[in-house]
Amino acid sequence: MPVRPPQREGDVLSASDAADAPAGHPHSPPPRGVGARLPRKEDDRFLAGKGRYVGDIRLAGMVELAFLRSPVAHGILRAAHKPVGAQDAVFLAEDLAGVHGIRADSGLPGFQSSVQPILASDRVRHVGELIAAAIADTRAAAEDLAEAVAIDIDPLPALHDMTRARDAGAPILHEGWTENAFLETRIETGLEAAIEGAAAVVKRTYRTARQCMAPIEGRGCVAVWDGNLEMLILYSATQMPHIVRSGLAECLGLEEGQVRVVAPDVGGGFGYKGILLAEEVCASALALKLGRPVRWLEDRREHLVAGANCREHAYEITGYAAADGELLAVDCAALVDSGAYSAYPFSACLEAAQVTSILPGPYTMRGYRCSAVSVATNKPPILPYRGVARTGVCFAMELVMDALAAELGLPPEAIRARNLVPPEAMPFTNITNKYFDSGDYPQALRRAVEALDLDSLRAAAPKEGPKRRGVGLAIFCEQGAHGTSVYHGWGIPMVPGFEQATARLTPDGGLELRVGVHSHGQGLETTLAQIAHETLGIDPARVKLVHGDTALTPYSTGTWGSRCGVMAGGAVAAACTTLAERVKRIAAHLLQADPADVEIGDGLARAGSASVRLADVAYTFYRAPQNLPADVDRRGLEASEGYRTVKDTGTFSYACHAVSVEVDIETGDIALLDYVIVEDAGTMINPMIVDGQVYGGAVQGIGTALFEEMRYDGAGQPLASTLADYHLPVAADIPPIRIIHMATPSPLSRFGQKGIGESGAIGPPAAIANAVNDALRPLGARVASLPMTPEAVRAALAAAGAEAGA
Amino acid sequence: MKPAPFAYRPATSLADAQRALAADADAKLSAGNQSLGPMLNLRLARPGALIDIAGLAELRAVTDSGGAVRIGAGFTHAEIEDGEAPDPTLGWLRAAAGAIAHRAVRNRGTLGGSLAHADPAADWVIVMAGLGANLVLAGTNGERVVPADAFVTGPFETVLRADEMIVAVEIAKPSPGARWGYWKYTRQVGEFAKASATVLDDPAAGRQRCALGALGGAPVVLADGAGLIEGRVDPDGAVRAALAGRVADPQLHVVALRRALAAAKQAEAAQ
Repeated sequence: MPVRPPQREGDVLSASDAADAPAGHPHSPPPRGVGARLPRKEDDRFLAGKGRYVGDIRLAGMVELAFLRSPVAHGILRAAHKPVGAQDAVFLAEDLAGVHGIRADSGLPGFQSSVQPILASDRVRHVGELIAAAIADTRAAAEDLAEAVAIDIDPLPALHDMTRARDAGAPILHEGWTENAFLETRIETGLEAAIEGAAAVVKRTYRTARQCMAPIEGRGCVAVWDGNLEMLILYSATQMPHIVRSGLAECLGLEEGQVRVVAPDVGGGFGYKGILLAEEVCASALALKLGRPVRWLEDRREHLVAGANCREHAYEITGYAAADGELLAVDCAALVDSGAYSAYPFSACLEAAQVTSILPGPYTMRGYRCSAVSVATNKPPILPYRGVARTGVCFAMELVMDALAAELGLPPEAIRARNLVPPEAMPFTNITNKYFDSGDYPQALRRAVEALDLDSLRAAAPKEGPKRRGVGLAIFCEQGAHGTSVYHGWGIPMVPGFEQATARLTPDGGLELRVGVHSHGQGLETTLAQIAHETLGIDPARVKLVHGDTALTPYSTGTWGSRCGVMAGGAVAAACTTLAERVKRIAAHLLQADPADVEIGDGLARAGSASVRLADVAYTFYRAPQNLPADVDRRGLEASEGYRTVKDTGTFSYACHAVSVEVDIETGDIALLDYVIVEDAGTMINPMIVDGQVYGGAVQGIGTALFEEMRYDGAGQPLASTLADYHLPVAADIPPIRIIHMATPSPLSRFGQKGIGESGAIGPPAAIANAVNDALRPLGARVASLPMTPEAVRAALAAAGAEAGA
Repeated sequence: MKPAPFAYRPATSLADAQRALAADADAKLSAGNQSLGPMLNLRLARPGALIDIAGLAELRAVTDSGGAVRIGAGFTHAEIEDGEAPDPTLGWLRAAAGAIAHRAVRNRGTLGGSLAHADPAADWVIVMAGLGANLVLAGTNGERVVPADAFVTGPFETVLRADEMIVAVEIAKPSPGARWGYWKYTRQVGEFAKASATVLDDPAAGRQRCALGALGGAPVVLADGAGLIEGRVDPDGAVRAALAGRVADPQLHVVALRRALAAAKQAEAAQ
């Protein structure tokens, strides 16, 4: 167990509603440490429109970059010709000699490798793939040039459907491959014995849709070669500047010391900005070649048509249960449409590898088998979107649970309660060796059922008329901040280890925190300041977070996997704790006290009734060293520490979503009437930020459930190129969402906090689908695919009607 | 997503705009630019020139002839929604305007621009056809008046000649006690409709009209409006007969008509 620091009244969180924690003693300052609902420091900047994004950066002599992209999904590129007179403004693959394509190999056996060219030279493998780059003083002029490039492509049949891509006779996507799959992973344990004598067996086919992540700010970069420093500086809208730096150096053949990546304010990531882009490699190569700053800003069409996608899964899943509702086993074959190339650094296989290991969710079972194939198709690569594979597996698993419940005549909450990991079993190792650190899952279920008032809603559901009602549940867990052992096991070419942070007291008593993760909506400028306050007693207003710059921060794999609150938070606490000891030594000398008697808090170091300000300690160290104790720590008031959790298996937050829906059976419309989320993020650093994460994620999950879908036609052409075609959830679609907190501390993390950043996005498709199916059950119809569009609902009703009439 | 180069010609008057339009076959009119703008940016539309007619005084004229009102085509949806443009109906135009797209679109999009663009799913296309309004078109040979239900000829196609523009919409004043129902099915707030229907019940004026919109082309005025409104004709059969061969699955249009009929009935109950 980590040593937990003493916490003041008001900061203490227990397994009760942290949101309702008392506001603190009337005479003490308002809580600002761990557990405080501190308003976000960064919001002053953001809400006033004063954020500085890549698109705000303008450098002298900068040119704008636009691309000619492949108009076809699959083809042989015979030739590309620059427009007459534009030899120096348009660039083809041959102009980037020496620049390597992007390669992200999984370490798992059987992986088939792909190389994504920076500019295509002989073959194109998805619509939107880069063929030519054009520069001009304005984006419009660059687009004029790009569209004037003449290309000659012999089309090949497109792999547009992952369920057909491995058929005999399908064109093979990459040279040397044996079939169109990057990798297949499988897990099997005890299936045959477990299913003997099962009272209920349900077999289902489920699909989730391909999505675009649609952050408000798209990708973008400005690349500039500093000849003086002999350094390439890339400003990029990225979640992982250090990883981009490593990848960029590899592609360009530079030493990492010659590359600096700066992520300024970033307008949302969600996973979309966890990638090394061919566009930024190209911009960087051109900046090197031309000696001028080169800027590329992704527009919305590029985002929708050419940017990396996510989420497209297919499941053939069978659930087995005993008559009393005990879940005996799950048997599943899953496909993930991984697109044409393995994206750096997560690879084409993270998502599918995750499917096999996390499908069981929060349930115990006796037997399990799952295979998952990362299928290669003529679509853009995939990236892990908020929730990664969890959204899909939760959808598959929770629909199977409802199907089993219906088969056995049990209420959905009953079959769940029967099979959830019980609190007394914690810590619990599940059938795929996932280590559940803590939690009370049945309680979350009970509280969600009560809060939605499931029984009353069921009783009140209309039995006739065009508007039918249903209720649905989904319960799931979110592994966050998992480390070396887990990612090494998934084979991805970026395995996180220790996370570092540097804490530096400035001569005037302020604190600089340097972290290698990046904040792009998560509120880290605030939560990490709260952690500094917790450990160093410093006013969060005096804490400056330095992040997003490889030249100024420790190496980190970046912001993803719900890891920052735990990992960067733990690292900041460790660095501040070390710094606190050094502060105490100096303060003790100034106070003529024993270091052991010195406590720090509220910006002061105290010994008995005497105190000095942190600013006095800092001033002494930096500017009046004649007053320092003889044994002062020579490393000064700057401390770097590394951190990892007690076990690197990850924190397990979890949630139960409960939703009430109304289905208009004439139009197929689904309206969300009430939405309850009972979630457990362990100790919350800032409950208000946790709420924000959960709300935002839930809205994205509702998008997955009801709206978002990037469809492709048989030629591999994307069927949405604007937000008029690609439907995002809007305010009017979102019901009031009620969040109920539980707060079971994790024994693995510094303060008991758990990663919670993705949770909200995981549950909605499953909960809403179960509610829709509840509403449609009397009509004999059910949905099994995402999104649940009105057309899909009407088709399900029509099919049920046809069946009933037959 | 930047437009291909084009010339920009702000018109100084209606006559100036008409001259410019007649002189340049490659020019397009632009008012609110809410439909054309995205098409320009996607390079789906590549006019050589844009003639900007936003705010022309002649397109903001209002003429009351007693039985009908002519409303200039240049009013924005927001002006109609907010009551800053006249609504000769019993508030029906204001309500319809308020349901067009999003407020940002309504702030700039214009009545005439939306009609001339002739998106089959657009609100004014079905509403004006349903009201039995007339469109006033002006070209080099002067003005002509075309019934709104005969204006759209296909998706994004109208009877407008190359030199013509819509200058006004002429709407008959309904009788006191007339009723109206407009119902459209959109997947999300602000979206173009997937099905729409209007019901005008003004027996005192001899106008009982039921119309269907969002059909992928011109709206359809159903044959027996009075029969539908008075409950003598089954909406399901009427819609299916009218749309046979035009729409593969008319279910949503059946729903739209039923709900528009119900809305008109409820309007009566509310009075």
